[in-house]
Amino acid sequence: MSKVTLIINDTEVKADKGATILEAARVAGIDIPTLCSHEKLTPYGACRLCTVEITKGQRSQLVASCVYLVEEGLIVNTESEPVTKGRKMLLELLWAHAPGVQALRRYGTKYGISAVRAGMDYGVIPGISSTRTKFDIEPTFCVLCGLCVRYCAEVKRRNAIGFIGRGTEREVVFLPEIASEECPLCGEECYPLCPTGALPLHHALIKAEYSS
Amino acid sequence: MVQALTELDKKVDEIVSKYRGDKSALIQVLIEIQRENRWLPKEALKQVSQRLGVTLTQIYHIATFYKAFSLKPRGKHSATVCLGTACQVRGAPRLLDNITQTLKINPGETSADMQFSLDTARCLGCCAIGPVMVVDGEYYSKPSRKEVEQIVSAKEIES
Amino acid sequence: MPILNSAADLEKLRQQILDRDDRKRVVSVTNGTDGRTRNSEAVVQAFINEIKKQGLAGKLIVKSTGCHGFCEKEPTALILPEEICYVGVKPEDVPEIVSQTLAKGKVIKRLLYEDPVSGQRITRESEIPFYKSQNQTVLGNNRFLDMQKIDDYIALSGYSALARVLSEMTPEQVIEEVKSSGLRGRGGAGFPTGMKWEFCHNAEGEPKYVIVNCDEGDPGAYMDRSLMEGNPHSVLEGLLIGSYAIGAQDGYIYVRAEYPLAVENVDIAIRQAEEYGLLGQNILGSGFNFKITVHRGAGAFVCGEETALIASLEGRIGEPRQRPPFPATSGLWGKPTNINNVETWANVPLIINRGAKWFRSLGTERSKGTKIFSLVGKLQNTGLVEAPMGMTLGDIVFNIGGGIPDGKKFKAIQTGGPSGGVIPESLLNTPVDYEELSKLGAIMGSGGMIVMDEDTCLVDVARYFLNFLAGESCGKCVPCREGIYQMLKILDRICEGNGREGDIELLEEIGETVRDFSLCALGRTAPNPVLSTIRYFRDEYEVHIKEKRCPALVCKELISYYIDPEKCQACLICLRDCPAEAITGDKKIVHVIDQEKCTKCGTCLEVCPPRFGAVTKLDRVKVPEPVRQKREVVRK
Repeated sequence: MSKVTLIINDTEVKADKGATILEAARVAGIDIPTLCSHEKLTPYGACRLCTVEITKGQRSQLVASCVYLVEEGLIVNTESEPVTKGRKMLLELLWAHAPGVQALRRYGTKYGISAVRAGMDYGVIPGISSTRTKFDIEPTFCVLCGLCVRYCAEVKRRNAIGFIGRGTEREVVFLPEIASEECPLCGEECYPLCPTGALPLHHALIKAEYSS
Repeated sequence: MVQALTELDKKVDEIVSKYRGDKSALIQVLIEIQRENRWLPKEALKQVSQRLGVTLTQIYHIATFYKAFSLKPRGKHSATVCLGTACQVRGAPRLLDNITQTLKINPGETSADMQFSLDTARCLGCCAIGPVMVVDGEYYSKPSRKEVEQIVSAKEIES
Repeated sequence: MPILNSAADLEKLRQQILDRDDRKRVVSVTNGTDGRTRNSEAVVQAFINEIKKQGLAGKLIVKSTGCHGFCEKEPTALILPEEICYVGVKPEDVPEIVSQTLAKGKVIKRLLYEDPVSGQRITRESEIPFYKSQNQTVLGNNRFLDMQKIDDYIALSGYSALARVLSEMTPEQVIEEVKSSGLRGRGGAGFPTGMKWEFCHNAEGEPKYVIVNCDEGDPGAYMDRSLMEGNPHSVLEGLLIGSYAIGAQDGYIYVRAEYPLAVENVDIAIRQAEEYGLLGQNILGSGFNFKITVHRGAGAFVCGEETALIASLEGRIGEPRQRPPFPATSGLWGKPTNINNVETWANVPLIINRGAKWFRSLGTERSKGTKIFSLVGKLQNTGLVEAPMGMTLGDIVFNIGGGIPDGKKFKAIQTGGPSGGVIPESLLNTPVDYEELSKLGAIMGSGGMIVMDEDTCLVDVARYFLNFLAGESCGKCVPCREGIYQMLKILDRICEGNGREGDIELLEEIGETVRDFSLCALGRTAPNPVLSTIRYFRDEYEVHIKEKRCPALVCKELISYYIDPEKCQACLICLRDCPAEAITGDKKIVHVIDQEKCTKCGTCLEVCPPRFGAVTKLDRVKVPEPVRQKREVVRK
């Protein structure tokens, strides 16, 4: 396997060709925040917390390190000002949906976030419905990281849980007919993946529904 | 009821065969079933899942991601109001209010007697002549309140 | 139909068609989707019937055409060769048109376009002010072609560019010509087309694919629909030339679900081209093979994004994926793929026929050629405008668009759809150019230009666009999904009178993250309408937030409807029509709106007879106390 040399936070790092910046950073002991990344799953690039600043020649860019492949001579900064500024905002956006959950608190401490931002819509109470917009979003802690969906599809290949809808109406749902057959055989392997605890709760409700 | 199911099965079979069971034609298959049947019943989706070798979770995501599909039975007649920007500045919200009040249902709903379904569209591409409403594939430009009522009654009589 | 085996065969066919149709008068009736909203199908049928009835069949040709441009005047009947243009034609007008104009060449004045300022009646279509300053190099042929007849396209030298390319040019030469022309993608991004083709041509991997992006999702834009409906062959020819240059044999045309007539016409066009051997194996005897598949969209704006479109073609949900790799190297099924917009493809045969030098002679330093815009909204003349790049926005709005009707004032022009921005009056002298518009915080986009007047609330416009994007976002990534959600909620609060100090700054802050961290271009450009309206109309935001007022009297929670007791004539119309039953009054008793029950639907304003004009909209805070005693009407 040929190697590639790149610079992460002023440190020279040698990585395998075909590795992502995130993988290369991990091997070098550099911690980049993630939410939707998992070693057993293909990179997803949805949470954008792992965004880093890369510089090639004169141009700088912000990219998701979990999907961007290493390149010879690439200069990477994982904590530059544009990166941390945006990361804080992403955490605040997530916090508004799942305030105080463990997975966010560890980053919250690092980036100084501990409450819902004043002015933001606090997701746990029912959203304000307006005559113009047609939202009436059910309050939930789910942050749509997709770990459960992808684990069930890629690792367990049971496909009992999936996404529906799009945009702000995207949701994670169990398909009752499939879940009732497949989940008992699986042993709830997806539960520990959930960063907010919304999954086990939701599954309990579904089980109640299809066993009745 | 059983008979209707078999007819749908046959229709689905025909459509899937037309696309030679090609997985990538999934969306085209669903479009044709939607067009024939006016909605996508669960049984049809299960059949498509088996025939094309696509998981049911993926099919449900597609059926809910793309707005051309309906997972609920639809009315005999469909009315769509365009809410594109050009129509918006030329009074589309008024037109929407008019048809909503006439049909007594909100966008996304179907009347209890299954006669009408009402929807909004993001842009129908008739921007110079807005606001626009489409009823059963017929386009109407700038219909007044009275005209809206006339169009609806004409459809009701048709049924 | 004979199979054309060479360029010479094509030329022979063209001559035959010209000879067959020579010296016949033609009536072109606009019968695209716009025309059909006003019964154009019946007009076409009336012409066919009447011509037969008056014994003129065989001497006259009726053509069912797409948009000529001035779409709000449709159905238009254009009589050629005299170019006599009748607007707003109804089926009952047809017998007179046939007996007077088609048979004898006499003009019917009442059917001519009337200039609203001078009152003058204008006979020739090209003299109508709307068309005068236009340069319809791409759209112009619509008026000469029956939408569903390939022969008409061939008569106009259609497919001769393809014939020349296949017999005289190498793929590399074609790419050079397109590069040299300076053509840039007309779908919105403005990427140099020739360069894009070159990347795909040079990429490794077989087979290669080419795609026509007809997912035109920008609300307010319908240029692509008009080309696909009105002149599908121009797109097919461009696609064939491009595929030859790139080295692809399979093409896909992705048409959005909302364009059924475009799908119908492109299906017919493909079938007819196949019958002539212009599609399929060994095209024009050159050894080049090409086949096209039409794929329908299913209602998702995000599928206009290249990688989402490709996902949709593969039968998956329209979720964009990260780039690099770009479609040119890894696209459909992981193979090198070139996607271009409809208008981009339609420009290609023109560049081959008239030369890159000609194309470069139009436009500005960095934006060459012409662009078709959909000029719509609060404007005297709405429709499609094709102008050379570099024409100023002001010229377009006032010279072509005829300015704002009803004595209202211009407020802003919105360009680029949900990825674009607004441009205020002070900047109307900006030339239309990719870079010039970007500098202003707007974008060229696909060409939608929506004119807004003093009755438009720009905070509401920002909210409208965010609401649109909230539902159209694929929802995968956090900045786009959650950022748009929060920005929308803030705008909701502002429009409802619950805006707070710091809201504008928060919008800007969230907007920055959405712009910089989103996965795809939908997310990255989502904040544009908000940031743009803040940039040029910050005071409007501040009035909403600090004073809880909507100066344009649009935001429902901040306005009230009021019946002026001095003007009310107690005609009972609004009382009866009010869906909330909020109006009290009687035959001679002044009508009063109960503000508690009023839903602000605006019906009363719409139905109050113009000669009374008793209903007005007021700032919520300014509504006078309702009259306590029943008051008799003072009849005027």
